[in-house]
Amino acid sequence: MPALTFKSSKLLRAQDSFTSFAFVLPALVIFSIFYVYPFFDIFNLSLHEWNGISFKRTFVGFDNFSELGVDKIWWKSVWNAMYITIMALTLQNALAFALALACDREIRMKNFYRVVFFLPPVLSEIVVGLIWRWILNAEMQAGEHIGLLNHWLVQSGLPHLVHEWLSDPETALTCIAVVHCWKGFGWGFIMLLAGLQTIDRQLYEAAKVDGANTLSTFWHVTLPMMVPVILVVVILTVLGSMQAFVLILSMVGQGLVYHTEVPVTRILASMQGVNRFGYACAQGVCFAGILICISIFFKMISDRAKQV
Amino acid sequence: MKNVLALVLCLFTCIGCGQPKQDANTVTLWHWMTDRNDAFQALAAKYEEETGIKVQIDLYPPSDAYTQRIIASAQARVLPDIYGILDKKQVFASFIESGFVADLTEDFAANDGEWEKALFAKALDVNRFKEGNIYNIKPGIYGAPIDVTNIQMLYNKKLLAKAGIDKAPQTFDEFLAAAQALNRIGVAGLVSGWGELWMADCFASNYAFNIMGEEKVMATFRGEVPYTDPDWIAVFNVFKRMADAKAFAPGIVTKPNKDAEQSFALERSAFSFNGSWGVNAYHGMNPDLDYGVMMPPAINPDNPMYIWGGAGSSFVINGASQNKDQAVAFLKWFTARDQQVFLAQETKNLPSNRKALSKIPEVLSDYAKAMDNTTHPTIWKYNEHPLVAETYLKGIQSIIIGEKTPEQVAGEVQAVKEREMAKAEKRK
Repeated sequence: MPALTFKSSKLLRAQDSFTSFAFVLPALVIFSIFYVYPFFDIFNLSLHEWNGISFKRTFVGFDNFSELGVDKIWWKSVWNAMYITIMALTLQNALAFALALACDREIRMKNFYRVVFFLPPVLSEIVVGLIWRWILNAEMQAGEHIGLLNHWLVQSGLPHLVHEWLSDPETALTCIAVVHCWKGFGWGFIMLLAGLQTIDRQLYEAAKVDGANTLSTFWHVTLPMMVPVILVVVILTVLGSMQAFVLILSMVGQGLVYHTEVPVTRILASMQGVNRFGYACAQGVCFAGILICISIFFKMISDRAKQV
Repeated sequence: MKNVLALVLCLFTCIGCGQPKQDANTVTLWHWMTDRNDAFQALAAKYEEETGIKVQIDLYPPSDAYTQRIIASAQARVLPDIYGILDKKQVFASFIESGFVADLTEDFAANDGEWEKALFAKALDVNRFKEGNIYNIKPGIYGAPIDVTNIQMLYNKKLLAKAGIDKAPQTFDEFLAAAQALNRIGVAGLVSGWGELWMADCFASNYAFNIMGEEKVMATFRGEVPYTDPDWIAVFNVFKRMADAKAFAPGIVTKPNKDAEQSFALERSAFSFNGSWGVNAYHGMNPDLDYGVMMPPAINPDNPMYIWGGAGSSFVINGASQNKDQAVAFLKWFTARDQQVFLAQETKNLPSNRKALSKIPEVLSDYAKAMDNTTHPTIWKYNEHPLVAETYLKGIQSIIIGEKTPEQVAGEVQAVKEREMAKAEKRK
């Protein structure tokens, strides 16, 4: 009898695992078809020389990867993406946090501000790019600057600052980064605001009773409570900024020399410009590796922060 | 009940995954030309009325996205009956090699070459692979041009007169002087969509052909003449001289062609480098614009100035199409005189059928006069390696923004050329 119980409990356990597996199976199949298989297929393609159309693919081993290792333009594009990311991490998130703090208080028309701050992220990147290209336009008509920024600079008595913003290597990438921040700060704003609203108000009252001023309340109450949200915002900012490219295409077309190239535009150039799909896949695998490393790094920071 | 549901789901999945069955009375056509879609749809309706064959026309703009769609559809083997290949000759060849494009040589030759003779030879050349072509494609014609085009310079008559210039510049020095005179009255010189690199490539190769002649350009592509040759330095110098004379509109290196067209149409720039398709765009933006067409002013009087031109847009027929005969019949009808006259009048593009030329606007007629001086990379015997071409075009951008000298750019392009030649040699 005990043997039978043992057998039936084993059967029950197997049935349980089978049921659980059956529930997970659809998701697993979809994940495998749309993520795992493409990843391995891309990796396989990265080991070939292929023009993207022909049936003929030539196996070249890791040649594409060794070429990528010494491709200065590729690494410049990675640096450019990092520059945009650093700008987004600092400028964009600082602005988002400041505005979230402002809207978390009891101010008039705070719902109106919330809607206004969330407008840029819901606009299409192409539209944002076109609007900003008009703002930064350096052309003139009948002696007047057409671009809003240059026009405003002249009207403000600063004509010496008038510039070809998107055609100068010194300013083009920074302009793109600033527009990217303008477009993206709304996401951070919403998430940070949601995080701020989950902080128990009693903590602020207790801090006030203890005589803490605004700065020390922020430092000792708000910031520690916001760490998990900030980390999520940081990870999303990094991943979103590293992969930005639609804005770049709509602002500077096929780019200003190599000064506005980012990894995704280089992958596109390899595929579309020079029809080297194998090399483009190697770039994709390398870029995925970079993003995975960054994500792991932030995950480790996040875990450590949780322990603290 | 669950089993029945699962069975139905499986059935739907299997049916959904299968090849769609084609209707023998429907021809599918994919294109990218937003400005011509209405005219295409009108012609399709007329064709259905006349023949009972439905032509399902689907628009997938812009051209970049269309190119990607066509490549992806080829990979998935779901191309329509009729489509266009907006890419290099090498890509066109790959499509043919993979059986995605039907050979139309016999259709063009039928009835004593009636169809072939009706169309501009230069336009057909874009779709033609000659004997001994470097792509090893069977000689023949693989597509039909639906219009022709060429890319020239345009000048605004009113703005030139305002700057004290009574006629279009004939020489390069006159052009630079005109640009400086225009600057003095606050008008920009040349505008063009060089944010799309192929437009800058077009301008540069015009001058390469003029300065050193076609044979030397081809010899460079074959690797027999270095880019550091004085003639190539002279080509790069064209851009330096123009930049030094402030002959370019601000921001030209990152300007898309649509913006450039707007800049010329709204009289912010006095010169434009644009194709005959721009006539329609200018008319839409400023119907009163008073402008003329001119060849880019030559530097070397001993060589002719060749401009890019030939087939504007071409359609090919899917080699695996079940409706190939219907598709060919539609293309023949589409490129016949009456339909071409309709297209030219509605879309202000140059017709591919020579018999339709009599009824086109004056500016288009001026464009058409230069058709004999047209050339195009797709009909050249050799094409430059795409990586070398990219370095060359990015180098031209560097010269325009004053970042590099012509000599520096020539050295960089030659270095990439040598690297790619060494790689090709190693592969052999």
